[in-house]
Amino acid sequence: MSGRLAVLACTGAASLQDAGRRGYQRQGLSASGPMDALALAAANVLVGNPTGTVAIEFGLGGGRFRQEGGEAWLALAGAPCVLRVDGVPVPDHRAFLLTEGSSLVVEPPRRGVYAYLAVAGGFAVPEILGSRSLHQRAGLGGLDGRVLRVGDRLDGIGAPGGESPPGIHASLDPLPLDGEAPVRVVLGPQDDHFPPEALAIFAEAAFTVSHRADRMGIQLDGPALAHGRHGYNIVSDATVMGAVQVPGSGRPIVLMADRQTTGGYPKIATVISADLRRVAQRRPGEAIRFRPIALADAFALARERMAVIADLPRLARAHGTRMAESLASANLAGVAVDAFADPLGDGM
Amino acid sequence: MGATPLSLGRFYPRRKVDDVSPPAIRLLWCGDTALTVEFGDRIDPALNARVLALDGRLRDADCPGLVETVPTYRSLTLHLDPILVDPARLEATVRTLAALPAPPVPPKRVWQVPVMYGGDFGIDLADVAAHHGLSPSAVIERHAAPEYRVVMIGFLPGYAYLDGLDPGLALSRRSSPRPTTPAGTISIGGVQALVASIAAPSGWHLFGRTPVRAFLPGRDPVFLFEPGDGIRFVPTDPARWDALDRAAAAGDPVAEVAA
Repeated sequence: MSGRLAVLACTGAASLQDAGRRGYQRQGLSASGPMDALALAAANVLVGNPTGTVAIEFGLGGGRFRQEGGEAWLALAGAPCVLRVDGVPVPDHRAFLLTEGSSLVVEPPRRGVYAYLAVAGGFAVPEILGSRSLHQRAGLGGLDGRVLRVGDRLDGIGAPGGESPPGIHASLDPLPLDGEAPVRVVLGPQDDHFPPEALAIFAEAAFTVSHRADRMGIQLDGPALAHGRHGYNIVSDATVMGAVQVPGSGRPIVLMADRQTTGGYPKIATVISADLRRVAQRRPGEAIRFRPIALADAFALARERMAVIADLPRLARAHGTRMAESLASANLAGVAVDAFADPLGDGM
Repeated sequence: MGATPLSLGRFYPRRKVDDVSPPAIRLLWCGDTALTVEFGDRIDPALNARVLALDGRLRDADCPGLVETVPTYRSLTLHLDPILVDPARLEATVRTLAALPAPPVPPKRVWQVPVMYGGDFGIDLADVAAHHGLSPSAVIERHAAPEYRVVMIGFLPGYAYLDGLDPGLALSRRSSPRPTTPAGTISIGGVQALVASIAAPSGWHLFGRTPVRAFLPGRDPVFLFEPGDGIRFVPTDPARWDALDRAAAAGDPVAEVAA
């Protein structure tokens, strides 16, 4: 039961992303991978996959798909999107069955930016340098080294271990986008290139996500950050995802998954790994604030985040059980549940 | 660079300046996912030798949570898994290994890279020659004379930054970058020399092009050069471009390795 997902329409930049590509930054190839790793993990857990399985990443866009040659379990997590199976609304953050010949519409999100559509078993695209993630600038990974387009057919690998993968009766609470609270950063590696006034502005001002925001970086509007007497050039050194680079204009850019691996501008601070998804999910025009924290706290928050991801399967199973019970009691109450209003497809 | 660390009372006192002599290193945390070991703030072969020495030693060391390393001109960045890394232990390991002597070692391999200079291949060659009061052929001769060292591969996949440019050719970058420059561009910016892989914007001065693919998905190996490799440019007849370019696109390195 492997089946194919045919792309009938596609907006924004939709790409295939798994956990990312390790080991090639010394060759100038950044890791790619999800802009929101928690959302990718959640979408995969909902269909019984390992958390880093390759899924479709939508960036401020959506698409229309048709299931061919067999049925498949799917789930979408991340930025909330309206989903329709053959015209009938289906909730996100919940597994649903797409039968052969059925169509799936993913509407662009009204909140947040990145959403992940996972299929049980994953998509059958080749691993390139250890990953299936698209690195668009390098023309490598994903489907033929490019973003998805109309006419593409994504083969499913098929659910492991039988017709209905473990944990398939699953749902999760929609993932919070956490827009309001400040994004936590650790100062540096080149905070000594900025006078105290610039550091104070960085820590206190409200910036705005500009329209120059993509998988490579997110440029911010707002107060310019003046450099100190060493100016705005450094001898190039390596960058990380979340580095807040300040070029000559003084307008900070948060470097993201497909960023350049090295750069010659000072980096005033680095977004902690646990908060990267919160930066990614801010839409153009939305405000963003930064709060410097201690390095030790950044490590503690990374461990907390890992614990949340590790707990997703248990949460999803618990939710799924409750949902199945409520659907059953609805049936007992004589409420008709048709095939599409029952996204679990379990006939309850 | 080299500034007295700022005292930021309410921020975490992250900056550490080693007082071990010689020579001091700085450990710069990049959030919870990387540690940059900074040997200095300038382009200097001696610093790069220390970078590469530490890089090699870390490969054999027991460093839980170390995912990958990125050598640059003057620093080594360690990308980390924040769950597995023990920050204090890693700092101690790095300080120990970085303090070991690091005499410059000759490159393990030296690539002979064919270059078509000037004309449509290198549109800035004549201007740079005029700027320095040299003939274009003298610029080619000087550019092709040294054995360069790959000191950093970065920015984009396969972009090889080289040390060894004749100081008499150095020229600061163009005031306005070009929106695109071709794949395989051979250029200089300031005292740096570059072998580009894929097309990209650039403010550097374009001397020529090589058919060599420093980065070619689908070829084994995907990446041709390694930090620490030697590079020699071989001026090559533009008439040979088509044949070499076809061979390179098909997966032939078209760059020879001299032992």
